[in-house]
Amino acid sequence: MLELKNVTKTVDGADHIRDVTLTLRHGSLNVLLGPTLSGKTSLMRLMAGLDRPTAGAIFFDGENVTGVPVQKRNVAMVYQQFINYPAMTVYENIASPLRVAGVAQAKIDAEVKRAAELLKLTPYLDRTPLNLSGGQQQRTALARAIVKNAKLVLLDEPLANLDYKLREELRAELPKIFAETGAIFVYATTEPHEALLLGGNTATLAEGRVTQFGPTIEVFRKPNDLITAMTFADPPLNTIVLPKRGSNFELDGGVNLPVPAGMAGIADDSYTIGFQPHHLSLTRKGSGAPIRAKVSTMEITGSESFVHLDFADARWVMLAHGIKSFEPDETVEVFLDPQHIMVFDSSGRSVAQAKVG
Amino acid sequence: MARIDLDHIRHAYGGNRGPNAVYALKEVHHSFEDGGAYALLGPSGCGKTTLLNIISGLIHPSHGKLLFDGRDVTELSTQERNIAQVFQFPVIYDTMTVYDNLAFPLRNRGVPETDVDRRVRETLDMIGLADWAKRRARGLTADQKQKISLGRGLVRSDVNAILFDEPLTVIDPQMKWVLRSQLKQLHRQFGYTMIYVTHDQTEALTFAQTVVVMFDGEIVQIGTPAELFNKPKHTFVGYFIGSPGMNVLPARVSGKTATIGSQTIELPGGTGSSGAAKLELGIRPEFVRIGTTGMPASITKVEDIGRHKIVRANFEGQEIAAIVGEGENIPADAKIAFDPAGINLYADSWRIEIGA
Amino acid sequence: MDKTWNNRAWFMVLPVLVLVGFSAVVPLMTVVNYSVQDTFGNNVFFWAGTEWFEDMLTSDRFWEAMGRNLIFSFIILAIEIPLGIFIALNMPRSGWGVPVCLVLMALPLLIPWNVVGTIWQVFGRVDIGLLGYVLNAVGLDYNYVNDPVDAWFTVIIMDVWHWTSLVVLLCYAGLVSIPDAYYQAAKIDGASHWAIFRYIQLPKMNRVLLIAVLLRFMDSFMIYTEPFVVTGGGPGNSTTFLSIDLVKMAVGQFDLGPAAAMSIIYFLIVLLLSWVFYTVMTNYGAESRDG
Repeated sequence: MLELKNVTKTVDGADHIRDVTLTLRHGSLNVLLGPTLSGKTSLMRLMAGLDRPTAGAIFFDGENVTGVPVQKRNVAMVYQQFINYPAMTVYENIASPLRVAGVAQAKIDAEVKRAAELLKLTPYLDRTPLNLSGGQQQRTALARAIVKNAKLVLLDEPLANLDYKLREELRAELPKIFAETGAIFVYATTEPHEALLLGGNTATLAEGRVTQFGPTIEVFRKPNDLITAMTFADPPLNTIVLPKRGSNFELDGGVNLPVPAGMAGIADDSYTIGFQPHHLSLTRKGSGAPIRAKVSTMEITGSESFVHLDFADARWVMLAHGIKSFEPDETVEVFLDPQHIMVFDSSGRSVAQAKVG
Repeated sequence: MARIDLDHIRHAYGGNRGPNAVYALKEVHHSFEDGGAYALLGPSGCGKTTLLNIISGLIHPSHGKLLFDGRDVTELSTQERNIAQVFQFPVIYDTMTVYDNLAFPLRNRGVPETDVDRRVRETLDMIGLADWAKRRARGLTADQKQKISLGRGLVRSDVNAILFDEPLTVIDPQMKWVLRSQLKQLHRQFGYTMIYVTHDQTEALTFAQTVVVMFDGEIVQIGTPAELFNKPKHTFVGYFIGSPGMNVLPARVSGKTATIGSQTIELPGGTGSSGAAKLELGIRPEFVRIGTTGMPASITKVEDIGRHKIVRANFEGQEIAAIVGEGENIPADAKIAFDPAGINLYADSWRIEIGA
Repeated sequence: MDKTWNNRAWFMVLPVLVLVGFSAVVPLMTVVNYSVQDTFGNNVFFWAGTEWFEDMLTSDRFWEAMGRNLIFSFIILAIEIPLGIFIALNMPRSGWGVPVCLVLMALPLLIPWNVVGTIWQVFGRVDIGLLGYVLNAVGLDYNYVNDPVDAWFTVIIMDVWHWTSLVVLLCYAGLVSIPDAYYQAAKIDGASHWAIFRYIQLPKMNRVLLIAVLLRFMDSFMIYTEPFVVTGGGPGNSTTFLSIDLVKMAVGQFDLGPAAAMSIIYFLIVLLLSWVFYTVMTNYGAESRDG
C-alpha cells in the first residue's frame, strides 16, 4: 500500500504539487488524469523517490520512505519516449535489471523469455531497439519494467507517442499483463477516454492538486466539483450558468429545466449546470422542455455526429447517433435529460454530492 | 486555391530506381478538388507524410507528376508552389512578436506595409489572437503557437493549399476539439483546399469531407466518413476506422447464408463469387446486438466508457466486440445478433457486393 | 531538482581533492605568502605588506600589459566569432562530408600549444618561412621580429588559426540541433538566407555562442605559450601580455615579491570573469527555460 500524506512540492517558489493525500492499494490500477503541466509527472517522480517532497510524508507498506532514494525502492518506470539502451539487444535490455540485481543466468533467461512472450517480443530478441518500430520499442521498455517484479510500477503517458490503433492494442493488453504481479500501478494520461478504458481508480489532477480520487466510472459520473467534471470530459463538458427559482432552472427564452428530485431543497441562486454531450439529444427524454439552439459546425465520425451548438453565450457539443446533416446557422430543437445533469454551486462544488455526503 | 492532381506518383527514397528500390509510395493517382477538405489517414510508415512532402515540394518524386490547376509543378521549389504547411510541433520565430510572425511571409515577398498590416489584422481575427498581436511569440501555449503557424499560412492570399502534418499532436485533448471546429469553420468560410495528415481516425473523420486511407505506400480507399464507416472496401479500412474496429470473422458462404463456426446467418442478399480463397464476414461493433435472443456467446469483459459500453465476447472461438448503450442492460445469458445493415463480406480481404 | 543524498560519493572525490590540494592550493598559499614579503629567493624574508600590490597597481608597465590583453581579446573575438559562425553554417549537416569536416576542424585544437607557436614562428620567418618569404616577395614589408604591427598580426593570425575551430564546433553543435521543420517552414515562408540566419539559426545558437564568447575571452586573456614562442614578448614589449610580463618578472628578474603580487591580481581578475561567466550562464539558462 502506498500512502501519500499531505505531500507538497515547491520548486523555485512555484507549487508543483499541493497538499496531496492518496492511498493506493496493492494490485490496483490507478490513473492520474489531468492536462499537461497539472503535476502528473511531478507526482510520479515523488512516488518513485526521484524527488523529495518539500513537505509531507510518503509511506510504503507502513514504512516511511520519504527520503529513501529510488534505487532502494523497488520501483519500475516507463516513459513516454521509448527509453531503451540503444546499444544492447532486446534480450539484454530486458535482462538488464536482473543483471544489476545479480540474479543467476538460468533464472534471467527464464524471466526474459516469459516477459518477451507476454509482450509478443519473442521474434525480436536479437534486434537492437533502433531496428524496431515504435510500438515494439515501447513493449521492450514495458518488458524491462515487468521483469523487475517491482511493487510499484509507474507509467508516464507510455502510449502517447504511438499510433492510434497501436495505442488501442497495447492499452487492451496492459491490464492483463500487469494483473498477475499484484503490484501497484500508476498510469498518467491526458485523455479521459483512456482512463475510462483502463478502468481501475482515477485521480483527477488540476494545477498540482488532486481534485478527486475513486473508482474511475464513479469519478466520471459523480464528480465532486466542476474542475473534476471538466478534467474528465472529452469532448469538453457542456456548461451553462443558470438561476434557480422555485423548482426550475430558468433558461433563456422562458424555457424551464426542472430541478432533479434529489436537489429540490437547494437555495434559489445561480448555479453552473454541466452535462455530457450524449445527454443532449434530438428526442425528448424525461421531462425536459425543448431548447432552441443554433448549429455552428458538424463533425461526423462514421456512426455518430458531433453537433456544435450555440445557445445564449454558451457553446455546446451534442453527440447524436447516426449521421445528421444540419446546416450551419440552422436552428434545432434539442432536449436535455434532467436526470443526467450535474449541478455545481457558485464555488464549483457539486450540489448532488453535498446532499448525499 | 487550386486543384491538385497526383499523376501516377511513385517514390523510393534515395532515388533508387533499380529492382531493389524500396518504395515508400507505390502508386498514387488521385485528384484533390479545389476547396476540398481532405484527410490522409493511415498508420506510421504508410507513406502519408511522404505524400504530403511531395505535394509541398520538400521531396521530388522519383516517378510521376504533380499538377496544380493543370500546371506541372513537379520540378518547382517549395516557395514557388505557394503552399502553406503546419507541422507536428509549432514552428514559430521565437524572437518575433505574434504580429511579426504573421507578417514575415508577406514582408519576404515585398508586399507593401499597408497591405501587410491589413492582411495580418484580418488573419489575427480569423485565428482569434487579435489581443496577442504585440506579445513575444515565445511565451504562448502550444495551441496558440500552432494557431500562429496556421496564421502564417493563411495570411498569404495566393496560397494554393494548406497542408497539415499531424498538427494536433502536442495539443491537449480538450483544446483539440476547439481547434478542430475552428479549422472546420475556417474551411467553410474561406473555401481553402486543405490536406490533413493523421493516424488518428477521429481527427480524420471529423475534419474531412473526403478521407484517403493509406496502407503500406498505397491508397486503399477514398470516400466520405460515412462510406468508409459503413462500406469499408478492405478489411484494413474496417479495422483502422472505428474504435473498436470492425469485427472480422472467417466464414463460409453458400447462397444467401453465411456460416461462422456452427452458426448460420442470413445475408441480405446473394453473392456472385465463391471461388475466393479466404472469405470473411465483417461487422462493426455498432451493429452487433446483445439481447436475450440470438446466437450464443460468452462475455469476457465489459468496458464502461460513459457514453456507451464495449462488450468483449467470445463467439464461436473468435473474439468479438459489441457496443451497448449507456443505460442498457446486459443479460446474464447473453445472445448476439447481427444487424443486416452492417453485414459486409470480404474475399481475400476485399469487399464483395451482396446483391439483393 | 532535489536529488537525494548519498554520502559515499564523497569518497570518490577524495583522490582528486588531494591532488588539487597539492598542485594548486599549497602553491597558491605560497604565492600569497611571497606577495606580502620581500625576498631574493634565498629564504630571507622581510615583511612588505601591501607594498607590492600598491606598486603593481600604480605601475605603467602593468596597465600597459593589461591594455594589450584587452585589445588582443577584443580583436580575437571580433574575428573568431563571426568567422566561426560562418564556417559552421557552411559545414555539411549530413553525408560523408560530416566526419571529414569535423576531423579537419578538430586538428588545430589537438596540437600542443608550444608546437603551434613554433609552427608560426618558423612560418613567419622572412628567410625560410613560407608566409614571411611570400609576403616579402610580393612587395609587402613584413618582419615580425622588427615591426610591432607585424608581430601583432602574426600572433593574431596564429590564434585565429588555432582556436576558431572551437567556435566552429560549438556553433555547429547548436546548428545541428535545429529540427528540419524550421528550415522547411522558412522555405515555405519565402525567407531569404539572411532571414533564416537571423530568425532561426542565430536565436537557436544563442546559448552555445555565449559559451564560445566567454571561453574565448577568458582563454585569450590568459594567453601565454603561443605568443611567447613566436615573439618572446617583442619586439620591445609590443606583444608583452600580462602573463609574459609576469614570467619575465618572476623568472627573469627574480622579483618574486612583485611577481607574486601581480599573479594574485591576475588570478583575481580571472576569478571575477569566471564568476561573471557562471552567473550569466545560469541566469540565461533559467530565462530561456521559462520562455
